[in-house]
Amino acid sequence: MGLRQSLTTEQSLDTNLTAEDKALFKHAKNIQQILKGVKTVAMVGLSNKPERPSNFVASYLLSEGYNVIPVNPRADEILGQKSYPDLKSIPVPIDVVDIFRAPAACDAIVDEVIEVGAKAVWLQLGVINRNAANAALDAGLTVVMDACMKIEHGRYNGSLHLVGMNTGIISARRAKVGLG
Amino acid sequence: MSNKKDFGFETKMLHAGHIPDAVTGARAVPIYQTTSYVFDSPDKAAQLFELKQYGNIYTRINNPTTAVFEERMAALENGTGALATASGMAAQFTTLMTLLRPGDEVVASSHLYGGTYTQLEHTMKQLHVKVHFVDPTDIKNWQAAINNKTKALYGETIGNPKGSILDIEKVGALAASHSIPLIIDSTFASPYLCRPLDHGANIVVHSATKFIGGHGNSIGGVIVADGKFDFTNYPSIADPTASYHNLKFFETFGEYGFLMKARTVTLRDTGACISPFNAFLLIQGLETLSLRMDRHVKNALAVATFLKEHPQVAWVNYAGLPDNPFHDLAKKYVPKGPGAVFSFGLKKGSGDVREKGKKFIESLDLFSHLANIGDARSLVIHPASTTHQQLSNAELEKAGVGPELIRLSVGLETIEDLLWDLDKALQQSNL
Repeated sequence: MGLRQSLTTEQSLDTNLTAEDKALFKHAKNIQQILKGVKTVAMVGLSNKPERPSNFVASYLLSEGYNVIPVNPRADEILGQKSYPDLKSIPVPIDVVDIFRAPAACDAIVDEVIEVGAKAVWLQLGVINRNAANAALDAGLTVVMDACMKIEHGRYNGSLHLVGMNTGIISARRAKVGLG
Repeated sequence: MSNKKDFGFETKMLHAGHIPDAVTGARAVPIYQTTSYVFDSPDKAAQLFELKQYGNIYTRINNPTTAVFEERMAALENGTGALATASGMAAQFTTLMTLLRPGDEVVASSHLYGGTYTQLEHTMKQLHVKVHFVDPTDIKNWQAAINNKTKALYGETIGNPKGSILDIEKVGALAASHSIPLIIDSTFASPYLCRPLDHGANIVVHSATKFIGGHGNSIGGVIVADGKFDFTNYPSIADPTASYHNLKFFETFGEYGFLMKARTVTLRDTGACISPFNAFLLIQGLETLSLRMDRHVKNALAVATFLKEHPQVAWVNYAGLPDNPFHDLAKKYVPKGPGAVFSFGLKKGSGDVREKGKKFIESLDLFSHLANIGDARSLVIHPASTTHQQLSNAELEKAGVGPELIRLSVGLETIEDLLWDLDKALQQSNL
């Protein structure tokens, strides 16, 4: 299933973000830009337990063709991918860093994201740290906060629709086939 | 193109949930009359079964035609998502089975559809769930019935059979203060007349058989969730689920947690899924919902006003009439009109009023005598000679369904013809 590249929506999870925050950190264009533009996703705080949400997201992204690099000092390998203790140890360029950590840990992680030169940072659903998000924004990164990469991908590739969810997408144009 | 615009109800009614097919370009919603779906690979199949991918698995769990109906209903109710079921009864049962555990309790309005009452009182009892029924018109009654076992509040937007209007905001605020969800059956209103989630309800259920389908041809139900209720301390949704490797639905799916569990656990295990063909017919109904509801309430008000003045009529219970005790609540919650289903009482003459009711039904030519509501055609039933015929007059009065009570579901016919039919039958039944 390809991303519905011409479509965006402001429909999103109900969160604690203000309308102003959402405009900055949950912008549909930024979400789509990341989902379509990136190949390598470093996941900080990825768990090796299969029932954990981070594991679900990683498993999903792998099956959708992304390169997933686990960042977890307590694991050697997760979902068949070599795990690194921190972002700096990753030997290849990183497109986006997806953070599954407590909000308080995000300031230091974002500093590291900026240092390694990733183009974007994504704070998962429920991970809200405005200070860290603003620091990334100031450094010129594309930032998404308080959103789930799996859910957002599912929203735009049509699969979230298949389980009855309100994607917020309305269009009379023919859907596209293939990744955008 | 950016969909920043917040589209209107009628636009959503026609477009939400369906983008013209990438391969065929089909404009109408295709009917995917299939039980199952070929998997891309064993790995992808495993991903689907572990809920690590969203996709088609088996029509008991999801179906592309049904998904259009579901997303459209979610959009129309301003919800986060929806789950279609075999019937309205299945929608409320699926909701309760997903939320409740043995030993839990529910506080429900006593102004309920009889089938709902039976399900809550008797079937839930078999599952060791106690339901307390309260007069919904005083918030103190709800408050008094809540205890530490209460896991849900339940009511109807327009209550059956009295046509009472529930003060959803008050009950919703009470539910929120106890961290329990408020479930509203909004069948009589349809999402065009009232959107309970906008007033603080957390879950809406419908018998889609009625105004949503609108043509009396398909049985179906739907559950819509607001996605705002915090299930963190709500065990049935937050705790690990054994049949999915201890998956925690709320933690993993966030605002979709309740609906994902309802679909992939309750619907999977109870099997009360809707047929894709029925989903298609319900979609057809939705596409004209606003037009039909406008006419339904216009005709209903005209019929109620006519009956109110009729010498053979004792009383009319329609919240659209200015002197109705629920008129102010109706103006707030159903400003376009309180639906098209209401009851009235035949004036008791010298003879047996139950016989008078029978004669009235027999004298009608346009109103169809049957047990349903929400058809495009006008419907009528006299409970004392049908659904409640085994009860004595005294028992009927006690049940709030006196022998003189006639229930109408006003349809879309030419209003003069409906008034002609009613007037004729009232005169002919004046024994």
